[in-house]
Amino acid sequence: MSLLEFDAVTKVYSVRGAGQIKALDDVSFTLESGQTIGLVGQSGSGKSTTAKILTQLETPTSGEVRLDGRAIPRHGSGLRAYRQQLRMVFQDPFASLNPYHSVRHHIERPLRLDNVVPQEQINGEVRRLLGRVRLDPASIADRRPHELSGGQRQRVAIARALASRPKFLVADEPVSMLDVSIRLGVLNLLADLQREEGLGVLYITHDLATARHFSSEIIVLNQGRIAERGTADDVILRPKHPYTQELRAASPDPEKFFASTSGIGGGAR
Amino acid sequence: MSDALLSVNNFSVLYDVDPPVNAVRNVDFELRRGEILGLAGESGCGKTTLAYGIQRLLKAPAVITSGSVVFHDKSGDDIEISELDVEEMRQFRWDKISMVFQGAMNALNPVATIGSQLDDVFEVHRPSMTKAQRREAVIELLEIVKVGGQRRRSFPHELSGGMRQRVMIAMALALRPQLMVMDEPTTALDVLVQREILKQISQLRHQFGFSVIFITHDLPLLLEISDRIAIMREGEIVELNTAEQIWRDPQDDYTKKLLSSFPRLTGEKGLVAR
Repeated sequence: MSLLEFDAVTKVYSVRGAGQIKALDDVSFTLESGQTIGLVGQSGSGKSTTAKILTQLETPTSGEVRLDGRAIPRHGSGLRAYRQQLRMVFQDPFASLNPYHSVRHHIERPLRLDNVVPQEQINGEVRRLLGRVRLDPASIADRRPHELSGGQRQRVAIARALASRPKFLVADEPVSMLDVSIRLGVLNLLADLQREEGLGVLYITHDLATARHFSSEIIVLNQGRIAERGTADDVILRPKHPYTQELRAASPDPEKFFASTSGIGGGAR
Repeated sequence: MSDALLSVNNFSVLYDVDPPVNAVRNVDFELRRGEILGLAGESGCGKTTLAYGIQRLLKAPAVITSGSVVFHDKSGDDIEISELDVEEMRQFRWDKISMVFQGAMNALNPVATIGSQLDDVFEVHRPSMTKAQRREAVIELLEIVKVGGQRRRSFPHELSGGMRQRVMIAMALALRPQLMVMDEPTTALDVLVQREILKQISQLRHQFGFSVIFITHDLPLLLEISDRIAIMREGEIVELNTAEQIWRDPQDDYTKKLLSSFPRLTGEKGLVAR
């Protein structure tokens, strides 16, 4: 069992002409391996800053992040070892894969850099990882990103994230750029992997519906502060904070809409 | 004046590549005056090609291989769009049918103020207007979409994504068209901003009485905003019905599949539909 602690983190950005902006204000939460937390909020609420601090792409202004009780090293081999434990899946699978390189190359790199398996086992490990994300290694491994669909690319990105056998995944809007009909497939895949590998997943999204279905706990961020947190059903079905209620009311909800038929556009029907 | 604004008959578009792709196949539908018609389907189903084809905005290798599109103008004239010559088409576009493009955030010119871009529309389409009248009209438009007239000197990068989208709607509204085609107008926006924009579209539609063809793959959103919804698959409309019918009693298997591929916000829980 591993434990990631995000402890009283504040991040202040200095913006020319606008003074100082508090992107995160005293935010604390813990993520255990095997647990999924949904982090929701609108644009500018601090979701991505949280991801950047977790991956140490940004350093906190105050507060700290700890893995199993130890503060994260700022640089060097310690930082690399930390990042081997925590991997990121980005929003845009078109931008996060290198168009010049094959799928195989993308997955081999972390295997080699982190010495995950001996040299002679790399081929087999690439096949295993592609199989884990339900891609056929024989037909996919030597293709380049532009030959794949958006859903296939995102699966490759997930396989790459899993290569170093991390304990935690940070998934920043992993399905929002994908077609609706394949979103569920990718989310189901993430949910299966999370269960089978005992991963701790931070699922960052502004889509309350998928956050509810995918996460056990939900944290609602508003202007860099935690507005509300609780079990997924409590937060979405019985929101207490006005901001969560506002988010919920803004999300399309056909069930409720056709039960009342008094939403927007309803007058014309 | 009939109830119909646009009649599309047996409309087909082919992408003349190797092998050729039948992007739109024998599509028939009628758009009613003042209605919001949702057009839904997966990427590649032909919904954007259909919307562009209706306005003859397609470029080679796309070829319109069959069909007619008749615009029933409020003056009583029936306009067969394919019979317009170049100059007639230039006058027709934006005046009768305008468009809010996909990724509208990037559709604005980054080195011109939004005021001058709105002014362009009047300068080209309403040459009789004086400079002062155009200025008044630009301010009025920015007020209507709640960006505010004082922002006319702003450059696009000085506005938020939601405000830029409002500017695009103002531009589409400028000549008081009878039809607005909106291609994924809120896809890049967060839920709160999206909701504000949808409310605004709905309110403007009541105020000005235009029809909307609203293209998106977000079916839950479409169910709330549309009067009727057309579901497209592989270039064909597989089902066209009122939003409520589509939700309560979908007829086509593909419609059922699309509906089941959304996790419900409040309904039964579980990631699902494998």
